[in-house]
Amino acid sequence: MKTGSTKAPSLAQLFTSTLIISACTFGGGFVIASLMKKDFVDKHHWMEESEMMDFVAIAQSCPGAIAVNTAILSGYQMRGVPGIAVAVCATILPPLVILSLISVFYNAFASSTVLALLLKGMQAGIAAVILDVVLSLGETVIQKGGAVDVAVMILAFAACWFLKLSATWIILAILLFGIVRVLIQNGSKKEASK
Amino acid sequence: MTLLQLFISFFQVGLFSVGGGYAAVPLIQDQIVDSFHWLTVREFSDLLTIAEMTPGPIAVNSATFVGTRIAGFPGALIATLGCILPSLLLVSALGVAYRKYGRLYAVQTVLATMRPAVAALIASAFLTILLNVVFVSEPAGQKVDVLATVLFVGALVAIRVRKKNAILTMLACGVLYTLSHLLIQF
Repeated sequence: MKTGSTKAPSLAQLFTSTLIISACTFGGGFVIASLMKKDFVDKHHWMEESEMMDFVAIAQSCPGAIAVNTAILSGYQMRGVPGIAVAVCATILPPLVILSLISVFYNAFASSTVLALLLKGMQAGIAAVILDVVLSLGETVIQKGGAVDVAVMILAFAACWFLKLSATWIILAILLFGIVRVLIQNGSKKEASK
Repeated sequence: MTLLQLFISFFQVGLFSVGGGYAAVPLIQDQIVDSFHWLTVREFSDLLTIAEMTPGPIAVNSATFVGTRIAGFPGALIATLGCILPSLLLVSALGVAYRKYGRLYAVQTVLATMRPAVAALIASAFLTILLNVVFVSEPAGQKVDVLATVLFVGALVAIRVRKKNAILTMLACGVLYTLSHLLIQF
């Protein structure tokens, strides 16, 4: 089922890792995807970095929450259908439990200064984790990729950060570009074989 | 009846919110505020505040919050299930296709073209969070949060150079920030 230097986790390991990541992650799908990359790829070697990147791209361009979509894809890749069930349960369990409690104790929760401080401090840590992931991914692109890959990275960043285009449209545009690239390569191969 | 309606509403949220996060907010508002009046506008904005302060995707957080309000824990469960069902069907199918065809040369080329873009999108998400960490909005204008900035640099060294555990580092940042603020106040 798995190839290369990766090994599949047990369902219990997958559940525990995903649960901890989901319970401690604030602020959007890319944050949880960064933490999954650090844990599943760098720490445990359950998946390849390239697989994780593919899953984030697919998760971003599909309906639904990025965290749930990434959990489905990586759960299936590592442990098949039971992997999906385990990874999805571990992803939604923390928000399900926490929000159920909060909907009852909302006022005490929203006015807590200590909680606001705790969250602000954790955000500093989250920023560091994501920068670490970004640096590793950027390194891979620059070392292993060609000029086209670096250009795609720079253009996608400019489109997202400066032009404020939605991440989904950027991914879909690059998907189209990738398909055109394959078609051109196939075309020139046929030309060469004539 | 209410459970069925909850399920259908959040199924629609799950089905039509492509891109996750804040892309889902107008859809959720349309269903739970405008169409069914399950929450007032004020409660909805409270919900967004909570969703930002708690782990988990906004859509799942909203489903749980509204579900609990309307029909207790079963409501939370049904609404959350409705919200993730479209993903479960569609994304699982793509997962199967990925395993079957992902190693084909043409598919690999397309996917390899997309990977640098993913790195760029994560970089952009990072900058948004970093600005939030470094600057605090005060009535007098923007101010640099020195303590948060120092913690960010410290955490980066801990994770990247010392290879410390990412989640423990995040939690340590939260605790250190809170303790320092409380100490300053006393």
